[in-house]
Amino acid sequence: MSIEVNGKTYETDEEGYLANLGDWSLEVAEAMAREDGCDLSENHWEVVNFLREYYDEYQIAPAVRVLTKAIGKRLGKDKGNSKYLYELFPYGPAKQACKYAGLPKPTGCV
Amino acid sequence: MTEQQNTGGTVKKFLYINRRAPHGSNYAQEGLEVALIGAAFEQDVAMAYIDDGVFQLKRDQDTSAIGSKNFSATFRALGDYDVRKVYVERESLESRGIGEEDLMPLVYEDEDDDWEEKPLVSVVSAAEMRDIIDQADVILNF
Amino acid sequence: MGAILHTVNKSPFEKNSLQTCLRMSLPGSSILLIEDGVYAALAGGDAAAGLAAAMQDRSVAVLGPDLRARGIAEDRIMDGIEIVDYDGFVRLAAASAKVQSWM
Repeated sequence: MSIEVNGKTYETDEEGYLANLGDWSLEVAEAMAREDGCDLSENHWEVVNFLREYYDEYQIAPAVRVLTKAIGKRLGKDKGNSKYLYELFPYGPAKQACKYAGLPKPTGCV
Repeated sequence: MTEQQNTGGTVKKFLYINRRAPHGSNYAQEGLEVALIGAAFEQDVAMAYIDDGVFQLKRDQDTSAIGSKNFSATFRALGDYDVRKVYVERESLESRGIGEEDLMPLVYEDEDDDWEEKPLVSVVSAAEMRDIIDQADVILNF
Repeated sequence: MGAILHTVNKSPFEKNSLQTCLRMSLPGSSILLIEDGVYAALAGGDAAAGLAAAMQDRSVAVLGPDLRARGIAEDRIMDGIEIVDYDGFVRLAAASAKVQSWM
């Protein structure tokens, strides 16, 4: 599988996650979101950027429960809850946001 | 150690025994990932490091020159995944010429105590490790 | 026959590759610890005595990038062991008649 952005083709796995972390760009993230019918707002980017920082520090994509708790600590309880995160990312906050962040599927997701 | 009550919807105590050095094979990284997955599903997860497994927790690992992923950073996520018990056998450290001060200072943040950082690693004797193994419900080896 | 470069890439605490290497290497040969073999070089570890004895008549080196990957600082290595980089590995191999890998 692959995704095409501005005439360039990037390899993905069968669920649409980027094969190479280094291929990620803002445009790739937006293209992936568009395919899902999702328009990335500032609130989406907050989570996507948080995930990229988390991966940079820990070398894994966090499971949804871990993400929710960590977001709560960083951005406050009104954002660190499943309701808020599922509204932003209806396909599952960790799964969907990790995809847009160019990360592998979260550790602890099946 | 508090004993889990095995009543009704039982929470089983999982113990992951890690006995391999970190970079010579995939066992170490896989053991860590499987443990994190288990913890994500709210298992009661404890980690045990014996033999060359103690080298996994060595601080200051830098794999940039050998071209492999530095997964030692991932140990710092154990606390985020609500793992609260990481046991290291003292005898294994001593026979390898390293000590407790050589280990990564892993912590967890206690949500109920204003996110206070608390230590995660306990260095235990072989005798204590025997009891830890004895008290586990499910043991997985890596 | 010319001198052999012996490499050991397994931890001395898990396999007997180092022991066998020490038993099978002649005076004047070189021993290079790589990958998990570098753990043998830790001063104060159980493998130190055997290596120290070998250093009487053989040279022992350890690969720096593998030390760094494992978080072992150079000052934790036994006295008398040379730390080499990949170029040093190549030089050692080129200076030897052949390379024997104990795996």
